[in-house]
Amino acid sequence: MATNGTRNGSTRPAREGAVRATSKAAAPKAAAKAPAARAAAKAPAARAAAKAPAKPSANGRANGVASKVDVRGTTATWTVKAGLAQMLKGGVIMDVVTAEQAEIAQEAGAVAVMALERVPADIRAAGGVARMSHVKKIKEIQAAVSIPVMAKARIGHFVEAQILEALGVDYIDESEVLTPADDQHHIDKHAFAVPYVCGCRNLGEALRRISEGAAMIRTKGEAGTGDIVEAVRHMRSLWSEIRRVQGMRDDELWTTAKDLQVPIDLLREVKRLGRLPVVNFSAGGVATPADAALMMQLGAEGVFVGSGIFKSAEDVTDKRRKLDQQGRMATAIVKAVTHFNDPKMLAAVSEEIPEEAMRGRSTATMPREELLAHRGS
Amino acid sequence: MPRASRTPVSAPPAPADVRVGVLALQGDFAEHLVALRALGADAIEVRTLEQLSAVNGLIIPGGESTTIARLLIAFDLLGPLRDRIVKGLPVWGTCAGAILLAKHVPNLDRPPLAVMDITVERNAFGRQVDSFEANLKVEGIEGAPLRAIFIRAPLISRIGRSVALLATLKDGTIVAASQGHLLATSFHPELTEDRRMHGLFLQMVAEAAASRPTGGSGRPPR
Repeated sequence: MATNGTRNGSTRPAREGAVRATSKAAAPKAAAKAPAARAAAKAPAARAAAKAPAKPSANGRANGVASKVDVRGTTATWTVKAGLAQMLKGGVIMDVVTAEQAEIAQEAGAVAVMALERVPADIRAAGGVARMSHVKKIKEIQAAVSIPVMAKARIGHFVEAQILEALGVDYIDESEVLTPADDQHHIDKHAFAVPYVCGCRNLGEALRRISEGAAMIRTKGEAGTGDIVEAVRHMRSLWSEIRRVQGMRDDELWTTAKDLQVPIDLLREVKRLGRLPVVNFSAGGVATPADAALMMQLGAEGVFVGSGIFKSAEDVTDKRRKLDQQGRMATAIVKAVTHFNDPKMLAAVSEEIPEEAMRGRSTATMPREELLAHRGS
Repeated sequence: MPRASRTPVSAPPAPADVRVGVLALQGDFAEHLVALRALGADAIEVRTLEQLSAVNGLIIPGGESTTIARLLIAFDLLGPLRDRIVKGLPVWGTCAGAILLAKHVPNLDRPPLAVMDITVERNAFGRQVDSFEANLKVEGIEGAPLRAIFIRAPLISRIGRSVALLATLKDGTIVAASQGHLLATSFHPELTEDRRMHGLFLQMVAEAAASRPTGGSGRPPR
């Protein structure tokens, strides 16, 4: 995957410059110059950051401060941000509301949990404004599990994001599932040490989020419905556009970059790699092991499951039995993601799930204002 | 993954006649396969018993150690894998893989494979914001230091008497060690273009295969 400096170009000169200037790899060149010139050697923005480190960016922070060098090494580089997503591949990230659910998720083999106030199906049911989860809940979940803990912030709400970073969450999901805080701007994700995952419906959205600093992408689907159709639509759109870009002449990329409103460097990277430059998961609608395997076969590198687990077995009244059945659903989805290409294994796994999957709601009958995926394009 | 901006550091070509597996239950196994194949190795994904019995060496990749351990148990691979390791299968664990190999893991009642005489502490450097890169001198690797990537990394807090220390951070923290046919690194060589660690492991696999009496291929009788 992209190591530090692969995708610098025009998108992130400040931080790249800062990292390079302090890394040993750049030392031979820099050593010839005076120490004072070293920090400013690489990029103009790095020079600006060095001169006026206190000047806040749009997010209320100095640009380029995310990376930090200590005795051990350099933190918050692009490689370690995108790298955690690489470690999550082939895995299932589960929405959890409580520490108890987080433990069940970990026990079932989740690679990470996503802390949120309510699972998306309940957000839909409750209406009102959906915000970042309560800090106490996030801390309880962090204390309960050893796997990475992610949490959702509202689109554009960089202060919720600052709070999540201060709590030490491992990834922030700038998510359309919560009520957007800004209908014009996403968070400047480069300014953070914590990595971000963002949703997309197509290649343009994906590359715009990556240019803003997202180190991981998930196709949006339609959260809280248990209906896989939108997840399929978004995954297919993304890959068909990637294949189209691969077949383009280099001079055709300029027009496409303009049409998609994305940096040309990222589009060139997509053409060269034949995929997104970061890990891509599927989200929004996975309710069964078969759904999860479908998304994997369509090109997802892992799946997010929200309501599909803790909204299954809803009619079971006994709490322990219910949690047990939900745990079985979670385990089965984890197994299905590992053996997504093995129908016999998928049949065996599908036998283990509770009889009642999430009841769900067909997106085809939903009015547009109830759909979440168009938020934050 | 291949990139023009930094010259890839080469390692000796892979010996013919050996096949290396990468445990593909969860994690960044694809990156390991790319690295092995770049060195000319015959490399396969390992998800089943058949695949496990067809390899002369195995990499346990980075990923979530709890997830990989659960899946090893769920698919009845844990016992057979431990048997093969005990009989001499060369195994390299990166990050999560190192945790799986360790005999002792604090806060974990039963370490899954428990074959390597090291104590490994999980998430020892903190949370994701504390993940880092550093240059590392590794025993047995010539030339420039490795650029080592540490992601929610474990550290090796104790090594047994028969374990060789391969690399430490500047503050003395142990981050790579070997014990006979076993290799553990708390960082991720598969995330960079530098193939020297993979070259080192292929060498271990080739040596183990050559020292086997059966039929030259070194594959276990089955």
